[in-house]
Amino acid sequence: MNALNSVFSRGSSGTTVADPTSGRSGEGLPGPDRPRGVDRPKARRNEQLSAFAQRHGALVALVLTVAVASLTFETFATGANLENVALSSAFLAIVALGMTFVIISGGIDLSVGSVFALGGVLAAWGSQHGFLVALLLPLLVCGGFGLINGLLIARTRLAPFIVTLASMLGARGLMLNITDEGNETYLVAEGSFIGELGRGSLLGIALPIWITVGLFAVGGLALRRSRFGQHVYAVGGNEDAASLMGAPVVRTKITVYVLSGLLAGLAGALNAGWLTSGITILGQGMELEAISAVVIGGTLLTGGLGFVSGSLVGVLLLKVIQNIINQIGSLEAAYQQVVSGVFLIVVVVVQTWLARRRRVM
Amino acid sequence: MTTRTAEQATAGLGAAGPPPGAARRAAATAWLQTYGVYAGVAVLLIFNTAFTDHFLSAENFRTQAVQVAPILIVALGMALAIGTEGIDLSVGSVMALSTSLIALYLGYGPWLALLVAIVGGIAVGVLNGSLVAFIGVQPIVATLALMVGAKGLALVLLPQLRDVRDEGMRSLGSGDLLGVPYPALIALALVLVVGFTVRRTTFGRQLLAIGDSRPAAELAGLPVRRVLICVYVCSGVLAATAGFLATARLGASDPTALGNLMELSAITAVVVGGTSLAGGRVRIAGTVAGAVLIQLLTATLIKHDLPPSWTQMAQAAVIVLAVYAARERGKR
Repeated sequence: MNALNSVFSRGSSGTTVADPTSGRSGEGLPGPDRPRGVDRPKARRNEQLSAFAQRHGALVALVLTVAVASLTFETFATGANLENVALSSAFLAIVALGMTFVIISGGIDLSVGSVFALGGVLAAWGSQHGFLVALLLPLLVCGGFGLINGLLIARTRLAPFIVTLASMLGARGLMLNITDEGNETYLVAEGSFIGELGRGSLLGIALPIWITVGLFAVGGLALRRSRFGQHVYAVGGNEDAASLMGAPVVRTKITVYVLSGLLAGLAGALNAGWLTSGITILGQGMELEAISAVVIGGTLLTGGLGFVSGSLVGVLLLKVIQNIINQIGSLEAAYQQVVSGVFLIVVVVVQTWLARRRRVM
Repeated sequence: MTTRTAEQATAGLGAAGPPPGAARRAAATAWLQTYGVYAGVAVLLIFNTAFTDHFLSAENFRTQAVQVAPILIVALGMALAIGTEGIDLSVGSVMALSTSLIALYLGYGPWLALLVAIVGGIAVGVLNGSLVAFIGVQPIVATLALMVGAKGLALVLLPQLRDVRDEGMRSLGSGDLLGVPYPALIALALVLVVGFTVRRTTFGRQLLAIGDSRPAAELAGLPVRRVLICVYVCSGVLAATAGFLATARLGASDPTALGNLMELSAITAVVVGGTSLAGGRVRIAGTVAGAVLIQLLTATLIKHDLPPSWTQMAQAAVIVLAVYAARERGKR
């Protein structure tokens, strides 16, 4: 810990050099180099500020971005465009919900993009065999991938990223295998249940949006109010302590990965219903988008701290930014990749900084 | 931290008096972890000799050697990153970036193009390394961000496939010296350099010390951040070189496809070769055998008319098996 702190203060001294007050024994601006025990009320206020930035920073950024975009682009604040943003957010948000649980538990799930694509293909194929198959088959197979992930990670204690990296490959392999190496695109049957679910609307708002809102409400309650949710926080905070406390560590970990697989599969199925076909190239890079959204929303990558609502805000922020990039036009899709990579770096750097600041204070 | 102490405690208990069955099992898994990769290569060689037509031809061995070179070179960099208890997911995208830069600068000759590509690899490596070393971002996340960013940049620079028209470059991809293709020779040279670096230099020792325990290395006064940045720069440079060789062999720059899933092949090669993901150990000979294993596995499946999706699923299974074997070893 000492080593970490000293690394931190050395590392950050470069950023506070420009601070003119830093010479006067740390009065004024709150550089982390400031000696402890000085300005206690100020330190507390700074800590609160860091906590606020961590928790609500994404929301503030979202409001500002939307405000600026509405003023800049006439086409942004139209009903059609906003519904477009909300709808494209819905599928990613469902994936990010599962990712939130995984990351709070101290893990990571890199397989969601492939599982998302697999879920879509299975739903489209299944829609030709009745609505039960269309919904249950993707959930069963994708939940199965989550179960394998969870068992390997929780029971045999393998590193989450390598296990989910392998199942990312496995899920995409399976998906290519059932689509003749990606050459066959299954269409969602006319008037099938999954198509209704993806394209239908209620009170003028698309069904996927309703489903997303419902899932987030349930997910938020489960995380905050249920025993399972408390176990997820405990396992992510300190696995050994959770185990000593009597929390079912193995069961909790398996459950979060199954949940992540199920939600990714469901999102894929809904997306296939919306697109009316199971498109095989979907979901590439989706794991990064989902992780970005979760991290932007204030969930710590080290586990033990996070909010479901933040992930929803994170998804919306990402999609609004993508929408703005599209509004500018002329920019190619490749730029979006550059932007999301840079964006993730910035957010992670800020988060790491905020988290350390709180720990140092 | 705590888990490691717990492991040490169990290790101590095990030394006190393990039940004979467990000891035999542990010895078996240890053997599997050290020599399993060579056994795997041997099995694939025997299988192919018996069941694959034209497998034992000089032409086929040349093809395999040329194809394994990029995987091997990338895996060397990955082995260094994993040795520090890190990972580099951006290698595939660095290859794509490298091929884009080569297409843009090939007009000035292949060597300048290679130089520019390597500068690109260094830039990505410096970014990865700085995020890991200075800011303390987890290597997976830092390199995942660069993976997406660098791929995007590669596509921005070169949106579609472009043929390589430079004769010098083409001959580099297809020519040979005394029957050994150039890419294989270059890969072999890099294996020797990296192997020497890990075993015989201060940098190698420092790298392994950081992988064992970063806080301890910091307390011991090692230049932790400098070494970490160097490691990710090495990985970037090696990936850029691999991109150069792959471009030369294909005779075209295709940033949409080149380097896809390369990070997985490289990680598989390293892990199958017996390098533990927990850091502190790098096995170069095992990594070479691991890369050969991946290449033979792919070639076997293709030659027996199984589609690429089977290769992906087989590779996924091999990764899990290899990590599982490594974990048994760690527990002992």
